[in-house]
Amino acid sequence: MDINIYDFYNKMEQDNIMLSFKGNVTSELLTSVLQIMESKMEKLNEPNRIKKKVYNILVEALQNLYHHLDKQPDTAPQGHNTVIFMIGKNEDDYTIFTGNYITNDNAEKLKIRLEKINSLEPDELKDYYKEVLNNGMMSDKGGGGLGMIDIARKSGKKLDFDFHKIDEDYSFYSLNINIPQ
Amino acid sequence: MENLVIEGSPKTPTIKFNPEEGKLLIQGRSIPENSIDFYKPLVDILEEYAGNVKESTRVDIVLEYFNTSSSKCILDVFKKLEKINEAGGGVAINWHYEEDDEDMLEAGEDYQAIINIPFKMVEIEEE
Repeated sequence: MDINIYDFYNKMEQDNIMLSFKGNVTSELLTSVLQIMESKMEKLNEPNRIKKKVYNILVEALQNLYHHLDKQPDTAPQGHNTVIFMIGKNEDDYTIFTGNYITNDNAEKLKIRLEKINSLEPDELKDYYKEVLNNGMMSDKGGGGLGMIDIARKSGKKLDFDFHKIDEDYSFYSLNINIPQ
Repeated sequence: MENLVIEGSPKTPTIKFNPEEGKLLIQGRSIPENSIDFYKPLVDILEEYAGNVKESTRVDIVLEYFNTSSSKCILDVFKKLEKINEAGGGVAINWHYEEDDEDMLEAGEDYQAIINIPFKMVEIEEE
């Protein structure tokens, strides 16, 4: 293996990464990560408003990763059910980075949804949220497509996403969520 | 009817429903990965209460955080309360939010726009 952990460290230090993880996402892991982030923000004396915003968006982003694992077909190659996420903090913003494999079919569908969300102005986004909230459709986990709308609404920014095609079946989906202070 | 009491956890809120007094409290965090199972006992008991309402029903929602998985379940709870109100249960909803938490105030307003029951927005002042 040709890994220089010091290079990793420096890169993450330069980019002000507070926390990073690669692997399988479990409910217990999410509980721990949320607790760690909450106490880190507490120590940084972040204003309540920012703390809550970052925490809320983090919950949605990480639970998206968690639910995504359920959607992987049984035939998925080994490793395709692991994910990566990082949380960075600069002087005037937080950024949450997530990445996971996705089938090309699902990537197409997701891309259409994300583009729709990005095409909406804040007022339209609020109406769209209420429409989806009240459409009577629930996923078996309860959310039914509200997560990304909520992230876009709370961050107040357009969703910054990319689908990197790996092969005929899979792409790597990455999402950067910027949360201004 | 029996009381419903569910103790809070790091990911789920405290729920207290007293059908004799017509009082419902949901307090804390609601961020479970799967909300449907968690809210089912409450939705069920409210359905039962709708058939046997008190003259007035006071509802206090004091949520610090809730995820989108919970938001549809909370809407289901409100829809039951709407039914209780129509059955003469005199429902009043108090939606509590911390003074600088605009997102939580806005979330309350979203529900208010959908649900046909009077909402009162109650600001919690910081200590």
